[in-house]
Amino acid sequence: MNAATEYLRVAGLHAYYGESHILHGIDFEVRRGELVSLLGRNGAGRTTTLKAIMGLTDRRTGSIMINGTEAIHLPAHRVARLRVGYCPEERGIFSSLSAEENLLLPPVVGSGGMSLDEIYEMFPNLATRRRSQGTRLSGGEQQMLALARVLRTGARLLLLDEITEGLAPVIVQTLGRAIAKLKSRDLTIVMVEQNFRFVESLADRHYVIEQGQVVETVAADELQAKAGLLERYLSV
Amino acid sequence: MFEWLGISQQALFGQLLVGLINGAFYATLSLGLAVIFGLLNIVNFAHGAQYMMGAFVAWMGLNYLGIDYWWSLILAPLAVGLVGILLELTLLRRLYKLDHLYGLLLTFGLALIIEGGFRQAYGISGERYDIPEALNGAFNLGFMFLPKYRGWVVAASLIVCLLTWLVIERTKLGAYLRAGTENPKLLQAFGVNVPVMVTLTYGLGAALAAFGGVLAAPIFQVNAVMGSNILIIVFAVVVIGGLGSIIGSIVTGIALGLIEGLTKVFYPEGSSVVIFVIMAIVLIVRPAGLFGKEK
Repeated sequence: MNAATEYLRVAGLHAYYGESHILHGIDFEVRRGELVSLLGRNGAGRTTTLKAIMGLTDRRTGSIMINGTEAIHLPAHRVARLRVGYCPEERGIFSSLSAEENLLLPPVVGSGGMSLDEIYEMFPNLATRRRSQGTRLSGGEQQMLALARVLRTGARLLLLDEITEGLAPVIVQTLGRAIAKLKSRDLTIVMVEQNFRFVESLADRHYVIEQGQVVETVAADELQAKAGLLERYLSV
Repeated sequence: MFEWLGISQQALFGQLLVGLINGAFYATLSLGLAVIFGLLNIVNFAHGAQYMMGAFVAWMGLNYLGIDYWWSLILAPLAVGLVGILLELTLLRRLYKLDHLYGLLLTFGLALIIEGGFRQAYGISGERYDIPEALNGAFNLGFMFLPKYRGWVVAASLIVCLLTWLVIERTKLGAYLRAGTENPKLLQAFGVNVPVMVTLTYGLGAALAAFGGVLAAPIFQVNAVMGSNILIIVFAVVVIGGLGSIIGSIVTGIALGLIEGLTKVFYPEGSSVVIFVIMAIVLIVRPAGLFGKEK
């Protein structure tokens, strides 16, 4: 891989929660402007991979290069300052903040973030509900809010965890359009997804994770050829 | 006008004023406790000692360095806040991942050590702190005389409480504080330096207690145990209001001060227990407190 365009390289990543050893040497790379998905069964370690990159697990070893900076020893707030935006699985909308306060909460970490107007144009629902308590929003609105929240900050690498989980098809479509738009703005994106249909058209590459390791890499143009293989890995 | 109840108007308003003043102290102290508990998950038993230190720093400033009351109102909270910051950095920081109980025990131990130190140095008889000259005398309100200093104490504590509330509810800094209370890890993942915020918050809580201590110095005697006397009641106030609720602390603090004052008029024998009776009732009916959220 060309080092000049490499944006995120995770190598030999181990992560722990207390005594539990969750990740057993994760390796993958993402180039600038690429979108990759982390696939796998529940409990395979996909969410932990994103958390470990953010510095939210207990102990970590290995290497996490973000745009040329080693992040393995950085605390979470320093990782975010490397222009990383994180959208957690549980959405993490704050109930003691209004929708707009939630949106404005994350500090700006770099230039080129979307303006409030652009965000409200992308997600008109958020504009009409800006004064509502964050957690009074519907599940779909909360997910839009969680995504919109990291678009304002000028983050260039987005870590998105299960953003379509439990949402109606029409909202999943809205999110799909938003993600495609972000990709066209040259953002680098890592998505954890259960909904393979959602990422198959968006992702440049898929990494299959099992028991805390990457066990298969599938490029977008290999999907046809490796369909059976993926099926075996992902079937419960 | 109240003679038919067997009490004089003067006694009623006098006790209401005492109640309001006590309530103002309860509000200031429980507010600091609420802010600290929200973000740090620590029940700060050293709060009374920090209040006492505020009063003592003001007294020492006046007697050793000639620093007057008005400067002490700023300098004593700053000094005690700095001590709080040191405590957080060196001791409290190690406890966040453990049960609440450890923080409670550590701060309780610290309170004993600090109070013991002051008792050793100054005894328990208490030191006098004179009312600043500008606030000597009283206003005649028609139905009663209001000592100027007492009026000032109520006004100053209410203003500080309301300012704190405004900062927490209406500013970006307050949004960080609220978000950090709910989910500190996620807030940190957004790029906010949460550990520094936690340190400063503990310093702010300690400073608020010290501010209360300076206000109290001319009213009560400055002595080593003044903090532990009031802290027991303040904890009852916090339990009644709901641990962690900002506005709950303020409203409950003042309301309970007034109730205590009224009890002194109508049933003096009950005045020292009335707050604890209310606490028991609230715990039975609403265990999370009047303003607290059930978990």
